[in-house]
Amino acid sequence: MSEIKKFMYINRKAPYGTIYAWESLEVVLIGAAFEQDVSVAFVDDGVYQLCKGQDTTGLGIKNFSATYRALGDYDVNKLYVEKESLDARGLTLDDLMPLKYEDENDDYAEKDSIRVVSSKELAEIFDQQEVLFNF
Amino acid sequence: MSILHTVNKSPFDRNSLEACVRLAAKGGSVLLIEDGVYGAMKGTSKSDMVTNAMKDLTFYVLGPDLKARGVDEGKLIDGVKVVDYSGFVNLTVENDKAQAWL
Repeated sequence: MSEIKKFMYINRKAPYGTIYAWESLEVVLIGAAFEQDVSVAFVDDGVYQLCKGQDTTGLGIKNFSATYRALGDYDVNKLYVEKESLDARGLTLDDLMPLKYEDENDDYAEKDSIRVVSSKELAEIFDQQEVLFNF
Repeated sequence: MSILHTVNKSPFDRNSLEACVRLAAKGGSVLLIEDGVYGAMKGTSKSDMVTNAMKDLTFYVLGPDLKARGVDEGKLIDGVKVVDYSGFVNLTVENDKAQAWL
């Protein structure tokens, strides 16, 4: 069980309306627990998962957006957001939660986990993976 | 006779909102709920469709669903009215019938 693979989780659904976003988070954390090389991509409506200011008190359901902030502690710090998806929704990086991680190879400097990339760049990143999960 | 149309799907994921706007008669009301609330945001590739439809239809959006998704009311298309759950009930009473676009 010592073999480490490059795992990519691809999110294309908005949070709360369906269970996909929450289920994806669960599986991402399982991948991280098995110490795999985890990346997560947010495309299409998946970019809505990272929007800041989520407050579900009016719905009476769990607000799981805080869990994304914990991903850095599980060494999940490669979060790719497709720029084209943000643009179509009138969103920018400023609308997303500021997700950070501490880089242990750089004196634990705090760095941004979110990387906004183009469709073309994301296609190349997908190409470099060994296992891909779609949600 | 007026119809209350509800749309609960993201306009980027399904064409429910597009179908509703195309097939709703003048004077109707459209209430965006659940993932449908993303259709009420300005500056998106779907905003113009909603703005054009507002000539004939009144648009509402459910506040608690906006809050859950972190959508600030300042990001809504001008003229879209925010309602709470009791406002939802009022809309069902004020209209003769409801049509739920899935």
